[in-house]
Amino acid sequence: MEVNELQKIGVFVCWCGSNIAGTVDVAKVAETLKNEPGVVFSTDYQYMCSEAGQLIIKNAIKDNGLTGIVVCSCSPRMHEATFRKTAEAAGLNPYMVEIANVREQCSWIHKDMEEGTEKAIILGRSAVAKLNLNTPLIAGENPVTKRALVIGGGIAGIQTALDIADAGFEVDIVEKKQTIGGKMAQLDKTFPTLDCAACILTPKMVDASANDKITLYTYSEVDNVSGFVGNFTVDIRKKARYINTDVCTGCGACTEKCPSRKTPNEFNMGLDTRSAIFIPFAQAIPNIPSIDKNACLHFKTGKCGICQKTCGVNAIDFEQEDEIVTREYGAIVAATGFNPIKVDKFDEFQYSQSPDVVTSLELERIMNAAGPTKGKLVRPSDHKHPTDMVFIQCVGSRGESCREKGYCSKICCMYTAKHAMLIRDKYPDVNVHVFYIDVRTPGKNFDEFYRRAVEEYGVDYIKGMVGKVSTRSNGRLLVQGSDLLANEQLLLETDMVVLATAIEPDESVKDLATMLTASIDTNNFLTEAHAKLRPVESPTAGVFLSGVCQGPKDIPETVAQAGAAASKVIGLLCKDKLIANPCVAKSEELLCSGCSVCANVCPYGAITYEEKEVNDHGVRETRRLAQVNSAVCQGCGACTVACPSGAMDLQGFSTRQIMAEVDAICK
Amino acid sequence: MQINENGEFRPTIVAFCCNWCSYAGADLAGSSRASYPADVKIIRVPCSCRVNPMFILRAFERGADGVILCGCHPGDCHYSTGNYYARRRMTMLFGMLDYLGIEKERTRVEWVSAAEGAKFSATMNEFVSAVKELGPNRKLRDLRCKN
Ligand SMILES: Cc1cc2nc3c(=O)[nH]c(=O)nc-3n(C[C@H](O)[C@H](O)[C@H](O)COP(=O)(O)OP(=O)(O)OC[C@H]3O[C@@H](n4cnc5c(N)ncnc54)[C@H](O)[C@@H]3O)c2cc1C
Repeated sequence: MEVNELQKIGVFVCWCGSNIAGTVDVAKVAETLKNEPGVVFSTDYQYMCSEAGQLIIKNAIKDNGLTGIVVCSCSPRMHEATFRKTAEAAGLNPYMVEIANVREQCSWIHKDMEEGTEKAIILGRSAVAKLNLNTPLIAGENPVTKRALVIGGGIAGIQTALDIADAGFEVDIVEKKQTIGGKMAQLDKTFPTLDCAACILTPKMVDASANDKITLYTYSEVDNVSGFVGNFTVDIRKKARYINTDVCTGCGACTEKCPSRKTPNEFNMGLDTRSAIFIPFAQAIPNIPSIDKNACLHFKTGKCGICQKTCGVNAIDFEQEDEIVTREYGAIVAATGFNPIKVDKFDEFQYSQSPDVVTSLELERIMNAAGPTKGKLVRPSDHKHPTDMVFIQCVGSRGESCREKGYCSKICCMYTAKHAMLIRDKYPDVNVHVFYIDVRTPGKNFDEFYRRAVEEYGVDYIKGMVGKVSTRSNGRLLVQGSDLLANEQLLLETDMVVLATAIEPDESVKDLATMLTASIDTNNFLTEAHAKLRPVESPTAGVFLSGVCQGPKDIPETVAQAGAAASKVIGLLCKDKLIANPCVAKSEELLCSGCSVCANVCPYGAITYEEKEVNDHGVRETRRLAQVNSAVCQGCGACTVACPSGAMDLQGFSTRQIMAEVDAICK
Repeated sequence: MQINENGEFRPTIVAFCCNWCSYAGADLAGSSRASYPADVKIIRVPCSCRVNPMFILRAFERGADGVILCGCHPGDCHYSTGNYYARRRMTMLFGMLDYLGIEKERTRVEWVSAAEGAKFSATMNEFVSAVKELGPNRKLRDLRCKN
């Protein structure tokens, strides 16, 4: 057995009343362990955790100059922290404490005194063997930058930022579009209460922009992230709007005069067109236009410049370039949301062929009073009032083929019921049919909502799939589907088909996850640190998740998660210093070959590589070496086993310590 | 290995338990007095992925008759993926033991949650009798490590 000559170990055997002493001969254990290497003091007492017991320990440490203690007592999960504090109070390093669990693992499960005593001795011996190899560990401290970054300015990002700002911390929102608001800004009315999305969202957008703790970086993207929890450095790229935002008043005169008006309007899902210089929608925040370089005549031909002439405050700046700003943050929240999938691969539904086949988000725009049809429900092909509408559920969701997603997009059953109900309410003459696989409406007042669509509004729900949509010579659409309950094939002539398309995470999330060392699942949703217990934290310390970027959600769930993420951020930013767990991985530089295997298995991205000069037995050279960031490492030890050269070790659970325990048990 | 006065074989069993699930499961077995043989001695590790297959071979070399590795159930790992690493590594070890002609039944991986005190004790009872059935470990024992 390896003995550290300098180690002076004290052993303290607790009776725990009769809990331990009833089946374990505590005096014999104390006596026997005295003979173990390094042990200079050993005693037993009725209750080691009591004040009197702790005093015995403290005095023994001082009187005998102990360098470490073994307490044979209950589970370390119970009193390890207590005894560490005791040791610390007597001037010992708190990590020079080992617990032999002789209650839960011994006295409580064995009845025979001899057997119990023998096992308690072995457990004690094993703890002594480990302690002989312990080294004092110092918990590192890192300062915390008291500012948060929220990436994505949808309802999730806005709510998280508002909550963080409410607690008094500075927070920046980086939004890649020209305005904050996200998908919710495009919606008409919202389930389950049917209040209008703009009425509840736009006040929040205004709050966010008016709040002096919140800084908005719209039309901006995150270019680079470095650092770790409490100390991130982020490069933000402010894309050129070709507008001097400091002077622009948002009067909109330029957008009216712009002669290039043929660009599909993204905000209206391409259902109408917009000018080259444009404000996405009337309540956009900030209410400042930007120039679409690809559509602008000035950029394409060098001529025009009408906007420049129109602008009363001289805000147009064709020379403007992207600007990079670098900021420091203590915490980062990803709130990058989602997009409906592209449906052009679903040829059977004729989406690309017929303008009367639309996605649900397009329908939201059609029904929206501020949308391309001013809220009037019309057939896109000829602007006639429809009499029949067919909704198809689960387009691209719950499928197995490569064009589909395996998961349920969760929100579609509810918004389709909403669409059907709103249409029947406003236009009772329109017949509405819904093809579904299952109706999934769990949630408060959700099933009631769906039943109202069926029972009060007479929406025709058909269990079955649609095989084909085709255009008839009379301009209407023919839907071929099956009714599984009636067991028959259906042919429905209709004016419009609405596809409830699957949703997927924003495509930028892959690059973002790499930058943040956050992980994504096979569907590109960001993964949480623990599916049940840490649902708003990413596995990377200091990175949090808010909204649909973590998984499909409706607005109530998004807002709840946004608040939860904010409270985690606030909890972090409240601290002046972060105390790191010192039981983290550490690499022996002379053994490291820089192979990257450890970094590949690390779930936290705590390992990076650095070119460093080493002195290998007199040979000086520069090598690529693994560096563990102790603020980020959580101490699981995955890297220690993966390391092919044995360079990685885990402090507090080192290879030699565990081997020593093994040896002591098998002796 | 030990042979007691009655000539009965008492195996030496090392149980590696992850701190978050299995070690807590063992504690629960204790507090619910769900007994298992004293032959089992537990070593606490932060995660099942901290267990190097070398530790297991070392235990056999030193005279262990059985080694069991317990971790959180798949999907429940405190460190998200540690138990998957452990499972893969152990699969490799099983393959190697098999190849070397050593009874791989002396090693085992079990998922025990913090709520499964009864399962912990049942697992240990079962494993100990399986190892007893196999008899003392002679093949892997390093003869130089005298006892
Ligand atoms: C057709 C339809 C109808 C719906 N109806 C309802 C309803 O009635 N009731 C209800 O509760 N829910 C409804 N929903 C769901 C609702 O839209 C979502 O729950 C909500 O929008 C999620 O908000 P979010 O902030 O997570 O995502 P988003 O709204 O997608 O916001 C994400 C924001 O992040 C930005 N972003 C993305 N990537 C980056 C990046 N890399 N850098 C910077 N910014 C980035 C995006 O531009 C966007 O502004 C509906 C959804 C659809 C599709």
